[in-house]
Amino acid sequence: MEIIVCIRRAPTTDARIKPAADGKNYDPAGINFDISEYDKFALEAGIELKEKHGGKATVLSLGPSAVSKELRTAIAMGCDAASLLVSDGNHDSWAVASALAAKIKTMPHDLLLFGWNSVDSQSSATGQMVAELLGLACVSVAVALEVKDGVAHVERLASGGNRERVVVKLPAVITCQKGLNKPRQPNMKGLMNAKKTVIDESPANAPADGVTVLRMDPPPPRPAGKIVGKGPEAAKALVGLLRNEAKVI
Amino acid sequence: MQNFESPDFFNLDDVLSEDDRNVRDTVRGFVDSNVMPVILDHYEAGTFPTTIIPKLGELGVLGATLPEEYGCAGMNNIAYGLINQELERGDSGVRSFASVQSALVMYPIYAYGSEEQKKRWLPEMASARAIGCFGLTEPDFGSNPAGMITRAVKDGKEWVINGAKMWITNGNMADVAVVWAKTGGSDDPKSIRGFLVEKGMPGYEVREQKKKASLRASNTSELFFSDVRVPEENMFPKVEGLKGPLGCLTQARYGIAWGALGAAMACFDIAKKYCAERIVFGKPLAGHQTTQHKLAKMLTEITKGQLLAWRLGVLKDQGKMNHFQVSMAKMNNVGIALDVARVAREMLGANGIMLEYHIIRHMCNLESVKTYEGTNDVHSLAIGQSITGLSAFG
Ligand SMILES: Cc1cc2nc3c(=O)[nH]c(=O)nc-3n(C[C@H](O)[C@H](O)[C@H](O)COP(=O)(O)OP(=O)(O)OC[C@H]3O[C@@H](n4cnc5c(N)ncnc54)[C@H](O)[C@@H]3O)c2cc1C
Repeated sequence: MEIIVCIRRAPTTDARIKPAADGKNYDPAGINFDISEYDKFALEAGIELKEKHGGKATVLSLGPSAVSKELRTAIAMGCDAASLLVSDGNHDSWAVASALAAKIKTMPHDLLLFGWNSVDSQSSATGQMVAELLGLACVSVAVALEVKDGVAHVERLASGGNRERVVVKLPAVITCQKGLNKPRQPNMKGLMNAKKTVIDESPANAPADGVTVLRMDPPPPRPAGKIVGKGPEAAKALVGLLRNEAKVI
Repeated sequence: MQNFESPDFFNLDDVLSEDDRNVRDTVRGFVDSNVMPVILDHYEAGTFPTTIIPKLGELGVLGATLPEEYGCAGMNNIAYGLINQELERGDSGVRSFASVQSALVMYPIYAYGSEEQKKRWLPEMASARAIGCFGLTEPDFGSNPAGMITRAVKDGKEWVINGAKMWITNGNMADVAVVWAKTGGSDDPKSIRGFLVEKGMPGYEVREQKKKASLRASNTSELFFSDVRVPEENMFPKVEGLKGPLGCLTQARYGIAWGALGAAMACFDIAKKYCAERIVFGKPLAGHQTTQHKLAKMLTEITKGQLLAWRLGVLKDQGKMNHFQVSMAKMNNVGIALDVARVAREMLGANGIMLEYHIIRHMCNLESVKTYEGTNDVHSLAIGQSITGLSAFG
């Protein structure tokens, strides 16, 4: 089975994101980057399926050349090959999906895996758009995944926390959610192996953005706390407020 | 507690290769998920977190610089240093476990051992299926190991070992002990040889040293040898004299120079975040002059230590490092780490004595780290000797 896992380089989940001086993007200063959180579930799924069914898992990303670090982590985890579409720009989901789809067209593929959402831009769009561009079916927010006889059996999160069981004939796109698996840690031998891997780099050639960011503003500051009194009276006042104003008890 | 953010005031990340940063970040993630959740309980109970042993094997950090043909990762020394830094950011006891296994047991087997010894032990130890300890120090001889009393006497095809070792990290958990003993007269340090003493050999006993107030999440034991018969193939064929154990110590001290920085960086990071949030006299503690003075001093010392460790790593990878440089880096970095930990402890006030804030644990641990692998006194004498050409040890 030929599996392609698309990953994005994004700030770590504990990063404190602030708008940059241009007010259009976040300020990368002092931020640590990693594989975007949900893409790690996609990577683990791809590697597990490859280990079970044989074939090849290729990791693919679009971004600056520094993304080679994340691609090498993916190789160290167990991917067989890595491709990078090099671009220093900030693209919208459409532009990213177009560039990825153009590359994927040139590669054999039975299964395309994505994270369901990226932790920075949070558009939840790239996987679905790639599916559309390639004319493939797409199952989103997968929390369980098995492949049998060319068909993927997927459980996905539906509204109300319900789990929907679906089947989809391969090739198809599946976007992955937390709960699907426990992403493995790369080990030192894997990292040494990754060091030797040649990353297939080519220019991204992403089309122009369809969406223009006008402004990015920080969230409104949290309102100041309220001191409701002193001593036993304060407890009474607090219970009153929690019951009548906040309506939490 | 927020996640660890490592200080990098002089942009040292820029001189680290992408692969080395990847190694560091991987081990950092490992420590966050496997060490941090369990370390306080083990520290309090005075036990080593044995559940992480197979995970360290899987991670591949044990003997990481040794070649792949023996099941190791074949990494460079900067990466190895960063591994130590990250492990000790978790706990000095965890780093000690890895240091002993890697630098004091796997290294001498690799450097001084026979091909059979290497093939038998290195893959087992890299994967943590076998654990090792290193017996040099004796009850009466620590800083001056040349005085050791433990003796090995040849009897046919066996060596018969008698004596005792003390303060031996991993002792109680070890499948194999690297034991240094004199094969000649009691005043002949040139006759010191290394032996692989295996668990279960008749006459070999181990007793854990309890009630430590430092390095509590680490196993420290006494080893006793009474007429332990060791086959001659268990002796290291390629080294004689004190340079055997000292060669191992140079490897381990190199790792400690990096490791201590990990503990210092953890203490600095915790104190910095605490000061930003703790309000005293109407404003954050971080906004007071004396606090800023302390933070500035801590960061300056950490940054100097980072530069020292990094340069030492470059020299080691180029094959140009000497043991006096290692002495300076070990002495300085452990010394500043302990100072940083003490000041950080103080900055947290009463919270500073609570284990949940981690600093007091690092602080107490570093007292051991300052003493083992050559005390700061001993390292300053080594450096003094290299400056003056005169030995002031005796
Ligand atoms: C937790 C822990 C784990 C350890 N693990 C191991 C291990 O795995 N294997 C192992 O072999 N050993 C181990 N050690 C032992 C350690 O290496 C020794 O404790 C250390 O070398 C110091 O020896 P000592 O304790 O006998 O002190 P001493 O040598 O008695 O020194 C006492 C004091 O005298 C000072 N001093 C010594 N000589 C001089 C001098 N010439 N001039 C001025 N001052 C001097 C020292 O700096 C020190 O302050 C461990 C120790 C500890 C605490």
